[in-house]
Amino acid sequence: MKSITAAVMDLNRLEQLADSDSPIHFLDARAKVLVTCVFVVSVVSFNRYELARLLPFFIFPAVMIALAGLPPLYLARKIALISPFVLMVGLFNPVFDRAQLYQIGQMGISGGWISLVSLFIRSLLTVGAAFILVGTTGFTAVCQALERLGIPQIFAVQLLFLHRYIFVLADETGRASRARELRSCGRKGLGVGSFGSLVGHLLLRTWQRAERIHAAMLARGFVGRFHAHRQSRFGASELCFLLGWSLLFIALRTFDFSGALGALVAGIVP
Amino acid sequence: MSHHIVEVRNLQHVYPDGTIAIKDVSFRITHGESVAIIGANGAGKSTLLQHLNGCLTATSGEIRIGDTPLSKGTLPDIRRTVGMVFQNPDDQLFMPTVFEDVAFGPLNLGLSGSEVDQRVSDALDRVGAGHLRAKPPYHLSGGEKKRVAIATVLAMSPDILVMDEPTSGLDPFARRQLMSLLREFRHTKIFTSHDLDMVLDLCQRTIILHEGAIMADGPTVDIFRNDALLAACRLEKPFSMQGCPNCGNNFDRKPEASTDRNIFHVDTCIRMNESGSR
Repeated sequence: MKSITAAVMDLNRLEQLADSDSPIHFLDARAKVLVTCVFVVSVVSFNRYELARLLPFFIFPAVMIALAGLPPLYLARKIALISPFVLMVGLFNPVFDRAQLYQIGQMGISGGWISLVSLFIRSLLTVGAAFILVGTTGFTAVCQALERLGIPQIFAVQLLFLHRYIFVLADETGRASRARELRSCGRKGLGVGSFGSLVGHLLLRTWQRAERIHAAMLARGFVGRFHAHRQSRFGASELCFLLGWSLLFIALRTFDFSGALGALVAGIVP
Repeated sequence: MSHHIVEVRNLQHVYPDGTIAIKDVSFRITHGESVAIIGANGAGKSTLLQHLNGCLTATSGEIRIGDTPLSKGTLPDIRRTVGMVFQNPDDQLFMPTVFEDVAFGPLNLGLSGSEVDQRVSDALDRVGAGHLRAKPPYHLSGGEKKRVAIATVLAMSPDILVMDEPTSGLDPFARRQLMSLLREFRHTKIFTSHDLDMVLDLCQRTIILHEGAIMADGPTVDIFRNDALLAACRLEKPFSMQGCPNCGNNFDRKPEASTDRNIFHVDTCIRMNESGSR
């Protein structure tokens, strides 16, 4: 129960970070959404054995975290939460892909291990970028930017409701599981059977509650649009931000800077 | 100012499962009136309130706010006119911070940034919650949530304030604060409540609902003096009219008599009793 409440508070902290005042926070959400998209596409489009060329991409999260004043440890913890799932996806790569790619001393390293590590680095970069986007923009503004970029309004509002529903669901789950815990006296309660009806009840209760919240929203003039409080427009600084980062990502994707740097160092130091 | 009038004619509401929640209810509330709708649990109070701004649609009958009949086309205007505070503040607060929550209504009204800021600050100050603006709603106590929920509605400057159980779950001090806040609100007010002492203090007129129908509609003091009516509707007199718990004498309850005077009576009564027994 406690962990559910704590998780919700943690999630809400990400939202609150979006309220800070830094140059990054003041940029129009569309610029940030587009840059994040270009970043993610550049990172995931490398071939699966790529390692060295991914590393320069860490400059983006590093610069953004520094400029926006986001707490790096908090973000690292959030990303760490996702990593078990990533490792699960790549778990069998070393088993099935045994072709040897590198040799370090006596030890051969198979393609499976390389692809697993590559997958992991990619997840760090992309998940990190998504958290940075929400932490500097706020979920409402991200959805709004998507809408202004041409995504149908119904999808944007749907996405926003889904995000708010997490909070409603977690709240009700916390209450229901506390009630169950208190009456099961430290034992397993009625086992799996009681969980079945608990989940059913949760669905109905959150449904009803969501309906009441919707009624409250309608009562305050909601007509299917969310308004972000921070008004912004796509100006020169947004254009510089978008072009600067996008060109860098495309350059990093097209040219092998790591390799060139390596060759340079190797050339100087024989 | 005719848009402050609420008129309900032959309203009936049947829930999809066949329960008849409201049976042929009619009343007219004029500008500046403060009206309480009271009744036992399940009498249909909340259902009735939810019709006033179109959260529920009547099975039959008509509702007019001012000169406008409530219909799908007029809903946006009516929702701007009728500010509704729900019973459970958790249902009303859904944005990440108090500020954003209070700003939600004004932004939907299409106000500009500085105007929204001003409205939010005013509304929060009026309910004494200015210091909570940066907090997320679920970090607040019950009373704070209630005050913020009221601010979310005040920020829209409604002409008619409708509140479902405004004092439920509040501590005595917060209840007093809220009552004086509501007394200041000069427009039409409609409450449902089980807090009959509050009703006695704030509302000149009371409507009793019983099993979905209106059993009485008249001056609050007259209604609370009618013991038979109250008993038939599963209600009791407000505490301040129930007489002194020490000597059993009835308080002479006049409309202008204050609860403080009754407390003073009980206080002296108990003190005299104590000195007598010594």
